[in-house]
Amino acid sequence: MGKKKTLTLLSTAFALSMLLTGCSDSGEAGESSGSAEKEIKFMHLWPEGSSKKHFDVVNEIIAEYEAENEGVSVDLEVLSNEQYKDKLRVLSTSGDLPDVGLTWAAGFLEPYVGGNMFAPLDDVIEEDLSDAFVPGTTEAYAMDGATYGLPLELNIVSLYYNKAMFEEQGITPPTTYEELETAVKEFNDAGIQPIALGNRDSWTGSMWYMYLADRIGGADVLNKAIDRSGSFEDPALVEAAAKTQELVDMGAFVNGFNGLADEEAKSMFMSGQAPMYLIATWDLPNFTTNESVPQEFRDSIGYLNFPTVNGQGDMSSFVGGPGVGLFVAEESEVKEEAKDFAAYFVKAWGEEAVTKAGVIPATKVDAESLDLPEMYVDILNELNGATNITLFADVQMSPDVAQVHLDSIQALFGNQISPEEFAKNHEEALSNE
Amino acid sequence: MGLNGMNKVMSNKFYIAFYIAPALLLLLILVFIPLVLSGYYGLMDWDGIGEKTFIGLENYINGIQDKLFWNSAFHSFLLAIFSTLSLVIYLTVSFILASKIKGADLLRKIYLIPMLLSSVAIAQLWVKIYNPSNGILNVFLMSIGVENPPLWLANPSIVLFAIFVPILWQYAGFYILIYYAALKNIPESLIEAARIDGASAFQIATRIKLPLIKEVVSVTIVLAIVGSLKYFDLIYVMTAGGPNGASEVMASYMYKLAFANYNFGYGSAIGFLLLVITLIVTFVIRKLTATKDKLEY
Repeated sequence: MGKKKTLTLLSTAFALSMLLTGCSDSGEAGESSGSAEKEIKFMHLWPEGSSKKHFDVVNEIIAEYEAENEGVSVDLEVLSNEQYKDKLRVLSTSGDLPDVGLTWAAGFLEPYVGGNMFAPLDDVIEEDLSDAFVPGTTEAYAMDGATYGLPLELNIVSLYYNKAMFEEQGITPPTTYEELETAVKEFNDAGIQPIALGNRDSWTGSMWYMYLADRIGGADVLNKAIDRSGSFEDPALVEAAAKTQELVDMGAFVNGFNGLADEEAKSMFMSGQAPMYLIATWDLPNFTTNESVPQEFRDSIGYLNFPTVNGQGDMSSFVGGPGVGLFVAEESEVKEEAKDFAAYFVKAWGEEAVTKAGVIPATKVDAESLDLPEMYVDILNELNGATNITLFADVQMSPDVAQVHLDSIQALFGNQISPEEFAKNHEEALSNE
Repeated sequence: MGLNGMNKVMSNKFYIAFYIAPALLLLLILVFIPLVLSGYYGLMDWDGIGEKTFIGLENYINGIQDKLFWNSAFHSFLLAIFSTLSLVIYLTVSFILASKIKGADLLRKIYLIPMLLSSVAIAQLWVKIYNPSNGILNVFLMSIGVENPPLWLANPSIVLFAIFVPILWQYAGFYILIYYAALKNIPESLIEAARIDGASAFQIATRIKLPLIKEVVSVTIVLAIVGSLKYFDLIYVMTAGGPNGASEVMASYMYKLAFANYNFGYGSAIGFLLLVITLIVTFVIRKLTATKDKLEY
């Protein structure tokens, strides 16, 4: 399907959503003129069908909020992830953003903040939420000195491994790069593909690269290259690229990883075809509470902090970042109520979300006092002791540079470019901005 | 209302306008206005959300100099060439199906099935088939002793051709159906006459039937080429243009620019270039395949 069809499709979608928003607007105007009630429009991306637990937690919080606040009601609209992104975009061009909605950090936020669509929320954080968030999370939503999002989720990346498979082969779980090398060799000798990686979605390969860069050059070298106080041609970043190719060359990753989606790689890990898988905490439920995954598999999964490289690196430094956060629309007619609701939501969300939906929240929770699976408690403790969280590179970069990064990652893993070229691509893209 | 009444209604200009209006309006709103708009957006520096800044022809000039764009255009043209060549196969199959062989009816239906599946379903199906470790294709290859079967979707030098297979498979039924209908339309008396004159089956096919369905063939060539140049769906689902642009086509590149890079202005310009290229190619093909003499049976 090409130009004309795509255009037709796009414009149909556009026209339809215009029609739909147009309709709902007039409908609500009619209602609100009938009663003096204030209505906060809230849009989120956890449909009942695919994210039932999230959906229920949200509804509970809304019900409590409405009960506590007479005269304010919350009008909910739910879309699935991709549709949500599209609709947010369409609504923004027509100035019809919901009063409260979900946004992603950094790069995603940029055009909306640039267009003055989101309200700064520093006042809310100071008044209501000071000391509520895990350090480093709200910063990802900050731009030009103001914060535009209240983070809800926090994801950190760990190396998950299948204890049963390691035991069966008599291999020790790796804590250093050298041990990782040995493990890779031994699994390969046993005819087992060592690491599940779906690099068609190249953010997965990016996580490997980021960790190697972090361990080799320290927490700041990548951040500095991106914010331009450093260079991407820093020796540590080139060496990290070389190490990446070293892993590829020794057959660390499953066959054809560049053509596999992350979902496919995950299913290889979950079906016991590959013993290691680097992924973020959003998959924790699959390894702990998800009843549709066999108990035996869940019991055999452990996690490791990413290994040190050449004896260097701080194992409490993580790659990760906040997932979605709440924004309040700048043009909202009920801005004060919307801010109040957003703050209420964030406070209620933390414990509810982690106990009921298995989300690692961006707000501090007392892990010991909650009834949680052991892996959750461990990871939450890990988070409390984290020295650094480096935000996902493709989120940190502007969309244009992120695309160069993701393409270069695929090329690097596919041995199509050298580590030096990899660094040069980035340096050029970053300095052209 | 009899035929007469119908004629009366259809000769009234008001009624003609009345019946045409809805379709025309939809076409205007959904196709032509967006077309003009995308040409116009191509003149802007625009992320799709914030303010637009007029930058003249910069996007178009960049597009013409963009290596990645021409790389994707090359892939689109390759697809066009393969689709056109595969028409020969479809035509052959249709000749066989139309020649009253046993089970032709069933076979025709079997060829049509891929067309009934949605593109996303086909893409998912072939992603499974091509899976490097568990896919039916590589499992088969390994079972007959191939040690390192190709990594169909991960190897940049074969990924494009690996995707062409399901694309061509998807549309086979469509073209076979068209050819089959055209062949069935040829009056039996012509074939009969040829046979009496001693023509062989091959001669009947190439000398009698083929010239008679020339018009249809030239239409399918245009359809195949235009369809290939603007092709998007399977590629988007199966590889999203990867690895590293190895299966990028013009439409997927346009999509990536507009929706992944937030470069709506540039994406629109690329979309407009795609339209221009497709128009030129269509024009040339129509010229080349035009038939002057009108056929009458």
